[in-house]
Amino acid sequence: MSAGVLGSLEAGHTSSLRLRVNGEWYELSLDNRVALLDVLREGLGLTGSKKGCDHGQCGACTVLVDGRRVNSCLLLAVALDGARVTTVEGLGEGDGLHPVQEAFLDRDAFQCGYCTPGQICSTVGVLEEAAQGYPSAATDPDHPAGEPVPLTGDEIRERLSGNLCRCGAYPNIVDAVRDLS
Amino acid sequence: MRTFTYVRAADAAEAARAHGGRDGSRYLAGGTNLVDLMKQGVETPDTLVDITRLPLDTVAEEADGALRIGALVRNSDLAAHPAVRVRHPAVSEALLAGASGQLRNAATTGGNLLQRTRCVYFQDLSMPCNKREPGTGCAAREGVHRDHAVLGHSPACVATHPSDLAVALAAADAEVQTTGPAGERVIPVAEFHRLPGELPERDTVLEPGEIITAVRLPAPLDGTRSTYRKVRDRASYAFALVSVAAQLTQRGDGAAEQVRIAFGGLAPRPWRARRAETELTGQALTEERVTAALDAELAAAEPLRDNVFKIGLARDLARTVLLGLTRP
Amino acid sequence: MTDTTSELGTGVPRREGRDKVTGAARYAAEFAPPGRLYAWPVPAIVAAGSVRSVDAAAALALPGVVDVLTARNTAPRAPADDPTLNVLQDDDVPHRGWFVALVVAETLEAARAGAQAVRVHYDTRPHDVTLTRDHRERYVPEEANGGHPAVRERGDAPGAFDAAPIRVDAAYDVPPLHNHPMEPHAATASWEDGHLTVHDSSQGSTAVRAALAQIFGLAEDRITVTSAHVGGGFGSKGTPRPHVVLAALAARHTGRPVTLALPRRDLPAAVGHRAPTLHRVRLGADPDGILLSVEHTALTHTSRIKEFVEQAAVPARVMYGSPHSSTVHEVVPLDVASPSWMRAPGEAPGMYALESAMDELAERTGLDPVELRVLNDPADEPDSGRPFSSRHLVECLREGARRFGWEERDPRPGVRRDGPRLTGTGVAAATYPVLVSPCRATATALPGGDYLVRVNATDIGTGARTVLGQIAADALGAPGDRVRVEIGDSDLPPAPLAGGSSGTASWGWAVHEACATLAGRLAGDPELPPEGLTAEADTAEAVEAGSPYARHAFGAHFAEVSVDTDTGEVRVVRAYGHFAAGRILNARTARSQFLGGMVMGIGMALTEQSTLDPAFGGFAERDLAAYHVPVSADIPAPPAIEAGWLDEADPHLNPVGGKGIGEIGIVGMAAAVGNAAHHATGVRFRSLPLTPDKVRAALAGVV
Repeated sequence: MSAGVLGSLEAGHTSSLRLRVNGEWYELSLDNRVALLDVLREGLGLTGSKKGCDHGQCGACTVLVDGRRVNSCLLLAVALDGARVTTVEGLGEGDGLHPVQEAFLDRDAFQCGYCTPGQICSTVGVLEEAAQGYPSAATDPDHPAGEPVPLTGDEIRERLSGNLCRCGAYPNIVDAVRDLS
Repeated sequence: MRTFTYVRAADAAEAARAHGGRDGSRYLAGGTNLVDLMKQGVETPDTLVDITRLPLDTVAEEADGALRIGALVRNSDLAAHPAVRVRHPAVSEALLAGASGQLRNAATTGGNLLQRTRCVYFQDLSMPCNKREPGTGCAAREGVHRDHAVLGHSPACVATHPSDLAVALAAADAEVQTTGPAGERVIPVAEFHRLPGELPERDTVLEPGEIITAVRLPAPLDGTRSTYRKVRDRASYAFALVSVAAQLTQRGDGAAEQVRIAFGGLAPRPWRARRAETELTGQALTEERVTAALDAELAAAEPLRDNVFKIGLARDLARTVLLGLTRP
Repeated sequence: MTDTTSELGTGVPRREGRDKVTGAARYAAEFAPPGRLYAWPVPAIVAAGSVRSVDAAAALALPGVVDVLTARNTAPRAPADDPTLNVLQDDDVPHRGWFVALVVAETLEAARAGAQAVRVHYDTRPHDVTLTRDHRERYVPEEANGGHPAVRERGDAPGAFDAAPIRVDAAYDVPPLHNHPMEPHAATASWEDGHLTVHDSSQGSTAVRAALAQIFGLAEDRITVTSAHVGGGFGSKGTPRPHVVLAALAARHTGRPVTLALPRRDLPAAVGHRAPTLHRVRLGADPDGILLSVEHTALTHTSRIKEFVEQAAVPARVMYGSPHSSTVHEVVPLDVASPSWMRAPGEAPGMYALESAMDELAERTGLDPVELRVLNDPADEPDSGRPFSSRHLVECLREGARRFGWEERDPRPGVRRDGPRLTGTGVAAATYPVLVSPCRATATALPGGDYLVRVNATDIGTGARTVLGQIAADALGAPGDRVRVEIGDSDLPPAPLAGGSSGTASWGWAVHEACATLAGRLAGDPELPPEGLTAEADTAEAVEAGSPYARHAFGAHFAEVSVDTDTGEVRVVRAYGHFAAGRILNARTARSQFLGGMVMGIGMALTEQSTLDPAFGGFAERDLAAYHVPVSADIPAPPAIEAGWLDEADPHLNPVGGKGIGEIGIVGMAAAVGNAAHHATGVRFRSLPLTPDKVRAALAGVV
């Protein structure tokens, strides 16, 4: 963030907050208008999270906030004081890849790579949601509430429909997620 | 997006004070629609009152079996709630038919009802739009309007309301609970959204500064079945062309004891098909009778040049859904 | 040199894969030189006219806004050959969405607020954005896109049609379509000591450098353009686009680095679209299904500033034998944004029409649609009479049919019903030309046993880096992990764009030549100098020598669809594509590209369309909520979708033996889906996409 601009904004139009990003706490002074995605990309240099549409219509910006997958382009950072954020850069342990990253590599589940961090973060969220029994539109209405939902092809297709891929890697993404479930 | 003052409220009273009922104040909950519109310059608040830390994020069961859903319960949590899954499948299905997994994790119950139309002219500052800028005219009436309303519209505005949840809640006779400068009040979901008339800029009956605290979902009669079905241009992650929520309770002889139908995608608000409901109540639901009742309901439709298809689509969709709810 | 088994053809994983799954791969807007500013464009909001004045005062008063650039306050530039690059050069507004100002600010938030605060006053003129079949400004151009003659006539096609015992005469239409790559067009530009460095999201940075040199009056060696990772393009990044000119202009104007990433809403008007095409196809045949005449007329639109004619009638010159043929392109200039390339320009919409008509002919003659195509498979290219370098369409149809399970098909339409749902299957053929352009490359043997291959190729997701490494390793007889590949930088040996399915053939040819030459020089195990031993290749002469052969890839698409007769919803439940595209150099990335093309073809068939607003000009669907790129739920899960290919050895191509695979995957998909929808319902659908409103209307007989 440019300190010069912050200084020229009215006092009430900026805020100070703390964010824990990929395990590390950051003390931030921000223009209230800044979206989480732009904090990550422009403020912290974490450009793994992508801006495809900036309006919640493509999923390329998907990150995990307090463990849940969300569109970071639609979250005002100022409202997230104290939140835990995990981006694609924070998934692996050290130099090791997260199993979802491994699965995407194994299945060639991407081409241009631009939607990929969002697909991967979304998949991490999907695996957790399914394990906790969160239903989707593809879930049998009689599936017992709260029981883990098996990730069939139909479940994966529906649950990952909030992540557009213009290269059309969907078939390989479905196979990657199947490998994990 | 213009600069704004951010206020984080701890309770409803503090939120109301910060908002002050002023034109330039907006409440921020999930933000999935408000932030989108602020980026486009459609919404230009000078004060944003963050209500996400208000204690309105639980679902409670009342003595009569009704569910009191806090306004800040996330769409994904509500869709997964065991009581909603079992007793109100239409509500769960409507939520899961909307948006994407990511958006449902952020979007709230109250915010869902307050989302604005997705009319492309409303979202484009360079276009005339009476809803966004009263008096500028309606570009959609003669423009690109395949997705627009066939019922309840006015010369000033032909936009539809985009919520799936609201349609299912309207069919369930749910109520919106609010608190505001005039105290607390209860508004049926089916009457929560306004028809545009000459004031299309007002989407709902909420007064300035009034805040949704909960949605009350009454317990259905024993043996009630319900479902939600949505038709759209792609298989997921798209707004409805037409959707229907239906709820049916049958008597021992199979006749309809209670039938409720609400349409999405047809009107500026969830469209309760009360005429069709009246015609079908007490009757056995045969294909002919259902078709006739729906035709009677939809006879009032006034389609635009390019959306006449919605009438037949709504009828055929609702007929299949209703017949699918009947016990064999 | 070690003796190794060649990796060519095997599924070598992408070299940059790890960077892409960890977020380490950097795209054009993700370079942050110190002091960088952000730019935000201001698009015109009138359909046609000119800028009378720009009032930037309110924008300039906002905190963080550095400047507002217009045609009035920027230093003059030379006009570019491509008129779409002449932004902020004059006051003309040729279409809605044309950029008329650019705000530069310290932050993204300030830039966006600034752009919303700029007030532009216009003089307007009457406009027309509506393409109609009988438009009075319709004309026949000299050429269609790709240098194809607009008109080709053989024999007396109308006469033969009139005399034919079996006739199909049908009109089809394809709406405007948008590429919408996931990465919006973006560039980061900086000037230092008179040298311009640009990180651009482009399918070919050599051409971007040339355009910037022309516009800014610079020698090419004072410009560096990189495109290390590109988030898709599908043709829309195939030529330099206005964003890169604006970023360079703003950086020069402000004296600071500038990033411009176009807002998604601005893409439809700024970076090209597939123009709408209105087709008329007339097929005359004898009762046995032998074609007597083929006529295809394709009418499209172009802008007022540029003639771009979608070459949709060209595939009819390649596909089927017939003694009489007429293929004609017509175009209407309108007040629309300039159309441009989108995956398989010409072939995708053209083959939708032709292959839909072939399906109608199959029905008319009672022939199986696969057999009808086999019957009319020509020995030589119908239009030119040249022999095919290789043509295995019949094999694709037969093998595809076998793998899809076509032989069990009941040909009767409209008989497979389950409640409101009808199912059916369809087939369509595909073709795409073999294109190749001159390219240079170098190969260096480094002391220590490593090799370095340098060529300004671009990897837009195709796997170019990986495949070029395989080609080099094969020519050098070295293991792939000893070969470093440098691409995506205009300081490298110049190369053509990643487009027209020509990248691998063009770059691979030069890489192969350079490596083969180097291998020859290394034969005696000479002592390597410290900087290594380098061999160069330039394929210009060999490429320009041309070929006496007609060279095309072929394929066959199969689809099974389910049609809900209540709602009009069409879903693809199975899809298969089988291709003959020369030598497949990487089985893994090739399969991904074939499948990706099929996915885009399903979008073209079912979900994608844009609408020109007659009253206001411009496209109505300007974001990814309104323009429906297919989502995962629209695409069957494997193995219900799959792609395969035959091993095609074609000695008349290039040293690497590939025909190009980036586009053929989309070509027959839409027709296969449409033909399957007919087989399901018994009703013909002749207008894409097959959305619920159109399907219901067709089922009701109201077309």
